[in-house]
This record gives sequence, structure tokens and C-alpha cells, in this order.
Amino acid sequence: MATRANLRTVPFRGSLARREELAFYLFASPWLVGFVIWTVGPMIASFGLSFAHYDVITPPIFVGLQNYVQMLTGDDLVWRSLQVTLYYAVGAVPTGLIAALILALLMNQKVHGIAVFRTIYYMPAVIAGVPVALLWMWIFNPDFGVLNNFLAMIGIQGPKWLFSETWVIPSFILMSLWTIGAPMIIYLAGLQGIPQHLYEAAEIDGAGPWAKFTHVTIPMISPIIFFNAVMGVIGSFQIFTPAYVMTNGGPDNASLFIGLYLYNNAFKYFQMGYASALAWLVFLIILALSLVVIRSSPLWVYYEGGMGSGKL
Amino acid sequence: MATTPSTRLQPEASAHLLGSKSFRSSAQVTLSTALIWIGAAIVLVPFAWMLSTSVKPNAEVFIIPVQWIPRQIRLSTYAEATQTIPFWQYAINSAYITIMVVIGSVLSSSLVAYAFARLRARARDVLFIILLSTLMLPGEVTLVSTYLIFKWLGWLDTYNPLIVPAYFGNAFYIFLLRQFYLTLPLELDDAAKIDGCSYFGIFTRIILPLSKPALATVAIFSFFNSWNAFQTPLIYLNTMEKYTIPIGLNFFLSQYGSTPWNQMMAASTLAMIPCLIVFFFAQRTFIQGAVLTGLKG
Repeated sequence: MATRANLRTVPFRGSLARREELAFYLFASPWLVGFVIWTVGPMIASFGLSFAHYDVITPPIFVGLQNYVQMLTGDDLVWRSLQVTLYYAVGAVPTGLIAALILALLMNQKVHGIAVFRTIYYMPAVIAGVPVALLWMWIFNPDFGVLNNFLAMIGIQGPKWLFSETWVIPSFILMSLWTIGAPMIIYLAGLQGIPQHLYEAAEIDGAGPWAKFTHVTIPMISPIIFFNAVMGVIGSFQIFTPAYVMTNGGPDNASLFIGLYLYNNAFKYFQMGYASALAWLVFLIILALSLVVIRSSPLWVYYEGGMGSGKL
Repeated sequence: MATTPSTRLQPEASAHLLGSKSFRSSAQVTLSTALIWIGAAIVLVPFAWMLSTSVKPNAEVFIIPVQWIPRQIRLSTYAEATQTIPFWQYAINSAYITIMVVIGSVLSSSLVAYAFARLRARARDVLFIILLSTLMLPGEVTLVSTYLIFKWLGWLDTYNPLIVPAYFGNAFYIFLLRQFYLTLPLELDDAAKIDGCSYFGIFTRIILPLSKPALATVAIFSFFNSWNAFQTPLIYLNTMEKYTIPIGLNFFLSQYGSTPWNQMMAASTLAMIPCLIVFFFAQRTFIQGAVLTGLKG
């Protein structure tokens, strides 16, 4: 790769090398120090805390595995929140990936005014957070919201959206589709980077549009699909703001995302130990899911020039 | 036969030569354009709905069917919204935090990225893999103990927990900048070294001036992230005067219920404006940066 050439990897020795190594550590020191203070330290502390009861006011009490036992056997809300989170992830991640890909394919057709459309589609992605949550609460309003008004126009009685146990997660999934502009842009760049000669070669071999799509386009952008899928799943486990602002986990815990349940335990009930145990559960689940995706990737991800060469 | 090589090179010209193909591809472009227009309209409807609601009197908000264009444009809703919560105070707080975070993120991440892109050390590649793996680490794992660290430091209800971590580099920004630095030719560094330039000199005089687009991307990313941040200020800020805009908006909702929708949409619009302005002015740089990180991931 072109970038490889600009990364020195040859082994080297001597006093100049020592000076360079020292310079490396000096330049990298903000992150190295930060990594110890904000990542390693807190991870050790939260591991320790997960074996304790700690309400912030009285000193922590060591309780052994009690938090973990409680979490796995005595707390229905843990399972509820994992179900909610997985339901959302399974609904939102593939839908978002496919919708963004279709949009990128459409945009790749030499359409006029592509810069304007790119701006429009990307806009929702830059205004995340509370204002967006408020806006969608108003869109989803069952009586006066624009969505149900539109459905009424075409003769459909809209559901109660955020107020319905059945519809609350689909509502969040629908809302997440509003921000597919971000992955769409990445797909578009990937599509534009596919060498034309591959399509020509496929044509010579008699490939039609569908065969070209499945045998050239998809393999060539599969690393991007893979990246977006992994980050999408991880993102689902960290959803907090919309759940906190729009539904506060309701109705009847139907939108109690694990990120919200963890926050509630830590900062509403002040069960810091229990919240830490939950955090480790989330960590292990994400780790397991990521490993499954990464392990299975050689089966379906195509890296040009061999596995992983474009990775670093 | 003489035309074959040239049509190969120019697919559009070849489409003209082969009548049926040209028809098919132009129909295809028309259909794509139509679908893209519909999609863009769907994306814009929420914004239009927000603006439309924000200039209505509250009574008109609850009229069915929806009145897209209000009978009279009422801008005083914006004035009311900024008084129901001390919006401008929160805007100043948010701006202060955001500026400090942007400065910290750009400074620290550009330094660290230089180390990973240009300087050799035996542990460099291992450290880089660790850096990348922190991108996958869910924030929840460190949420509680980070809170306890700030509590121990006596920093609760101050802006420090929101600002200080930015000065220790952010794995995502470091990765983005490193990828960019790698595209700069090494010969520049070597030439400067021969002229007696120190590593820091190479960094400030050669790497930084050439990396303006990437630095701008990091500045914009950190601007959006800090301006829109909700969970951290929610955890750390207690005093109302210290709230940021997102916390203020959430307070609005919890305090007054969801009745004054026109005011809430006005306040939301105001809250979104800085991000939209930054996006419009810097979108080319920003989208390139977003693509760079996504593609090389």
C-alpha cells in the first residue's frame, strides 16, 4: 500500500535510535498517561468494585461474587435490558447497513447535484443528542405528530409509537434510519474506489448487472460493511441519550436499553458495585460478539492483496 | 472496430454508440435521481416539521390536520423559549466547554499521532494495537470508576471532567491523524533533519502545516461531540447555572412536560444551529475525514 512506504519499520540500533525512541515516548506521552488514568486505572477499579457494595457515601464492602450472582439469577431487568438492546441491534444494524448501501448505489449513478444530496443526507448525523430526541418525540406524538398525521392521510390508524410496548423499539429503529447519511458517505467513497477494469473484466466474462453486483461490488466493499456492522453492534450497547430523554426506559421497561439500566444503577440507585458488574457483562458480550464477527470475517470479507493488508 | 479501444476508455461515449444501452442507463439514472429526491425529502421533513412548529402559537400546534405553513409566522416563540430556560447562559457554558475540548483534542491528538506515524520505538506497533482496541471498549466499563476518580479529585459539579480528558488524546482522532500523516512523504522529514531540525521542529514546521485538513476534521468532530454531549454533563453537573444546552433542554422537558412544543422546537432549532453552520462551512473537509476513517478502519 502507498501508505506503507511512509511508515518506517526497519529495525535500527545505536544512540540515534535511542533518541528517536525517547522522542516517541515524549510525543506519545499524553495518550500513554491518559491511557493509564482514564482506561487501565478505571478498568482495574471497576473490576474491583464489581465484587463490592458501594453506595458512594459509606466505604465499599467486599461481597465476593454476590453482584454477579444477583445479576445472572436474581434480576429480571438485566435480561429485559439485554433483550431490548439485542432486539434494537438486530433491527437497526442490518436495516441501516442495507438502506445506506442502497442509497450509496443510487448516488453512484452519476446523478446531478450529488454534492447537494450528500449534504442533505449527512445533515442529521451532525446534530445528535437531545435536540434530535425532542424532535422525534414530537414526530412520534400519537395525536398531533407528523407521522401519524401522514398515516391518517393514507388511511392508516398509526400506533402509539413511544407509548406502546410493541412499537417503542421499532420507533427507535426508524429514528436511527434518519442518520444513515454517515455510513452512506463511506460506502459511496468505497464504491467510487472500485477499479473500473474489474467491471469490464466481468462484462467480458458475460456478467449481468446482478452478477457484477454480487461478484465485484459486494466483495470489494465487504471490509466497509464489516467495519460498519461491528461498530453498529457496539454502538447499540451504548445507547443512552434517546432512551433517557424520550422514554426513560418505558413503557413498562420496553425500551430499557442496557446503557440506561447501567446508568440508573450507578447514578439513580447509587449501586456502584452492581453497576460495575453490569459494565463487565456488557464488556464480555461486546467482546464475544466482536470476536464472532471478526472470526467469521475471512468467510465473507475480501481484503485486496490478502487478509489484513489494508488494516493498519 | 477502430472505435472499440476508445469506447473502452470512455464508458459514457460507449453508451451513446449503443442505442439500447444508452436508453437503459439514462432510464436508470432518472429512476435513481427520483429515488434520491424522495429520500432527500424524507430526510428533510423532520427539519421542516421542527421549523414549522417553532413559529406557531401553541394553540395552532394541536390542530389536525397538520398546518405546515402557520397562519402567521410567530418568531416571539424563540424569545419565549430562551427565557423559559436561561438558554443564552447555557449557550455560553456549552461554547466555553466546546472550545476548550476542541483545543485539547487537536493539541494532544496531533502530538501522539506524530509519534505513531513517524517515530520508531520497539513497543510502537504493540501500543498502536492497544490504541485501536480502546476504540472497541464500551464507555460503560469505565463510567463508574471515572466518576469516582473525579469525585476523589473534588471535580464534581465543575467543567473539568468534561474538558480535562480531551487533553490526553482521543484514540479515534489519533488514528485519523496518523493515517493522514502517513500520506506525507518521508523525504520532507529527512531533509529537515539534515538541516538540523529537531523532532519537534519537524512536527511544527512540516507535519502540522501540511495537515490542516486533517486537523480541521478533528476540530470539527470534537466540536460536534462536545456540543452534543449529554451523558457526561448529566452525570457531573448539578448546579443549574452550570448546565450545558443539552442538559437545559432535557430540564425543559422534565420541568414543563411536553406541552409547549412550539418552544421546545424553537430551543431545539437554536441548539442545532452551531453544528449545522460548522457543517455547511466545513463539509468538504469533514466528509473527506469521515470517509478516511471509515475506509481505513
